[in-house]
Amino acid sequence: MQTRNVLVVGVGGQGVLLASNVLAAACLARGYDVKKSEVKGMAQRGGAVVSFVRYGQQVHSPLVERGRADLVLSLEWAEALRWAAYLRPGGVLAVDLVRILPPAAQLDHRTWQASYPAVEVERLRQAGWDVRPYEASRRAAELGDGRMANVVLLGAVSRELEFAAEEWERALREVLPQKVVEANLRAFHAGRQLPQAAVFPAEARRAAARAFRVEVTPSWCKGRGCGICVRVCPEEVLVFGPDDRVRAASPDRCTGCQLCQLLCPDFAVVVREEVAVG
Amino acid sequence: MEARTRERTRIALLTGNEAIARGAYEAGVAVATGYPGTPSTEIVEYLATLPDVYVEWSSNEKVALDVAMGASMGGVRALCTMKHVGLNVAADTFMVASYTGVRGGLVVVSADDPGMHSSQNEQDNRLYAKFAGVPLLEPGDSQEAKTFTELAFSLSEEFDTPVLLRTTTRISHTRGVVELGDRHAPPPRPFHRDPAKYVMLPAYARQRRPRVLERLLRLAEVAARPEFLRVEMRDPSVGVVTAGVCYSLVREVVPEASVLKLGMSYPLPLDAIRRFAGQVRRLFVVEELEPFLEEMLRAAGFSVEGKAYFPQQGELTPERVREGFARAGVLPEPGDAGPANLPTAPRPPVLCPGCPHTAPFLALQRLGAVVCGDIGCYTLAALEPLRAMDSCLAMGSSIGMATGLALAGTAPGPVVAVIGDSTFLHAGLPALVDAVYKRAHVTVVILDNGTTAMTGGQPHPATGSGVRGAPAPRVDLAAVCRAMGVEFVRAVDPYDLGATFVALEEAIRYPGVSVVITNRPCVEAPVKVRDEPFRVVLERCTACQLCMDLGCPAIVWTDETYEGRPKVTIRPDACTGCTLCAQVCPADAIVRVGPGWRRS
Repeated sequence: MQTRNVLVVGVGGQGVLLASNVLAAACLARGYDVKKSEVKGMAQRGGAVVSFVRYGQQVHSPLVERGRADLVLSLEWAEALRWAAYLRPGGVLAVDLVRILPPAAQLDHRTWQASYPAVEVERLRQAGWDVRPYEASRRAAELGDGRMANVVLLGAVSRELEFAAEEWERALREVLPQKVVEANLRAFHAGRQLPQAAVFPAEARRAAARAFRVEVTPSWCKGRGCGICVRVCPEEVLVFGPDDRVRAASPDRCTGCQLCQLLCPDFAVVVREEVAVG
Repeated sequence: MEARTRERTRIALLTGNEAIARGAYEAGVAVATGYPGTPSTEIVEYLATLPDVYVEWSSNEKVALDVAMGASMGGVRALCTMKHVGLNVAADTFMVASYTGVRGGLVVVSADDPGMHSSQNEQDNRLYAKFAGVPLLEPGDSQEAKTFTELAFSLSEEFDTPVLLRTTTRISHTRGVVELGDRHAPPPRPFHRDPAKYVMLPAYARQRRPRVLERLLRLAEVAARPEFLRVEMRDPSVGVVTAGVCYSLVREVVPEASVLKLGMSYPLPLDAIRRFAGQVRRLFVVEELEPFLEEMLRAAGFSVEGKAYFPQQGELTPERVREGFARAGVLPEPGDAGPANLPTAPRPPVLCPGCPHTAPFLALQRLGAVVCGDIGCYTLAALEPLRAMDSCLAMGSSIGMATGLALAGTAPGPVVAVIGDSTFLHAGLPALVDAVYKRAHVTVVILDNGTTAMTGGQPHPATGSGVRGAPAPRVDLAAVCRAMGVEFVRAVDPYDLGATFVALEEAIRYPGVSVVITNRPCVEAPVKVRDEPFRVVLERCTACQLCMDLGCPAIVWTDETYEGRPKVTIRPDACTGCTLCAQVCPADAIVRVGPGWRRS
């Protein structure tokens, strides 16, 4: 048999390694040669996690080559896009439609655009992949614990791989801690019955960026003796000037939240919106 | 542990690290030490699940190697594990241990990290074997990781030398099929007083040095033994000399090529390589990082091709090996590169929700401090949105660099060193003594979360427990600092944002060395801290984004807006209930979820 290539991907903490451990256990029980490779350490601190599983008669490389994966199992939407290029033409991309916005995608406080990709299933299908979107996290939550989304998704694609239901069950029993086995077996079978999602989440709309001006009345400002506004400004617009009074060093960063104005005990700070003239 | 054993057939799916631990166990290792460091950590952790071995973390790699060396001198088999940069710390002992040799077998494991998945550099520690004059074994998969570890102990005793077993991330963290055996502990060789062997006075060291050189000549013959050397003749037009994980990549990408696979890659079995070279038309070397084999083969007169095609930086992948052989004309040029990577959200690692390191860095950022950082989770505070770190080099560097920066007198703000508890015990102690001695005007923040968090939560001498979970003596960090002569020592709860600000402000004002110890346990280890989560009262949220400054992964934008700015919500499954966001929220919009909450 030809070596099979599978990627299990997601966000640190979602249970990527547990899902790939289950698959690897099923492979071992079949008597296949199997290699399962992942990077631990920094990648687990909320970062992107990938686990490569390769099995067959004899497996050499622990890594899957781009364009050669038979299956990418993604526990999160943005992660599916990160690894989709590993799929061979016609390869299966099973993806949980849950969206986990990372802090790094929410840093643009000027235009408020999250640098997070839109859910465009059809575009991926046009790239030649067999895309199967599921609401696995939602189903897992209905079953009482959203953390079982990994096992629900595993169930949803379990028919895609050559293992029978009993083989999957044995692997789950082997890998999971005793006290959660029964719940996860239910999650697995719920996954096997789970239909593909037909409705996809829409994009959030944001207002256009506006411009603001921060005015400080120096004679009212206690400067370093107070400093409330300097510490509280989320965008670090305010600094202490050479005269120790507060001034707006980077007004272009001001988002108009008015925290400084509201919290100034001396009414020394006012935020005004710049109105375009003409 | 994760190892799944089928007892009947004695087959298990083990990572390279677990296989090394298993090999050491079956070889009868009596004492195992190390310092946690990705990708080496799981060796000691897995050994701690097995009986009849003394296993414990050391405060740093040099101490770990000294302990292992002492055990070896005492006549028992000893294992010492570390990541690649750990061997820099242990190098002082390692270089001389080559001269003294051993009594019980001594195996040093260096787990290298090509590609810097979780490291500050990607140094190639094969060079240490040549530097020290000790044999170097490089397993290529989990089964070899186990077999080579067992062989390493015998070699060590047979040739009176420490053995360097070198893995890489892909070997250490790849699970593969391994055959298990029983433990065979050789009887201890009784202690034997031998100053000429163990006391490296110049006169004695001069007598030991020729033994190192002569030992290497004999070891070169061992490198040709079939348990280490594999010669696979296939197509004679292409011959590849390789070792470690690169062997599996070569077999994957050019399955028809003839291959000479080294198990011992220092010293080299030059005669066997010469015979192989004589049978192939072109001779390639495929190796990660430095041209270690290539340069030795060139020096021995071989005409080899290597780094001209295979990059010196980063981890080798099937793609990169394929590109190399294509450039060399061995494979056809890859035509269609396939679909490009799709644009997606950036997802760098971040501090966890509830991380007790968040507040100190938020305060340091707002106080305008110049921060010399150190190695640990908290290095992530260098990134958005905290942006509160200006340097991070090596274990313990923070305090010495802060001292130097303060002496330079050019910093635009107060000079602060930030170091974790485990890192402080590893290499921060001598630097703090030095700062006191130099009367440096620096503030040292010790982020004491009670564990070695970055590597998954290993205990250390200030934790109060050992690797097997049993109680252990506990170092009092504040008392240590005072004993070193630090007069300003303040402990503060980093979940109290105001108190953290005040403590840091006072410490910065203190005209000398000041120490602030933040004392909340890590939320992930040894126990997961999950308090009642918080939620956002959307009607009250003014979308000011102050809570977003914490960089907490549990706080995300919603589709609702206030004056055009997105309001926030808190993912209840991710929130640990640390209270920080509720403390910063000026609108009091963040509250406990309230009745109905239960710990899942």
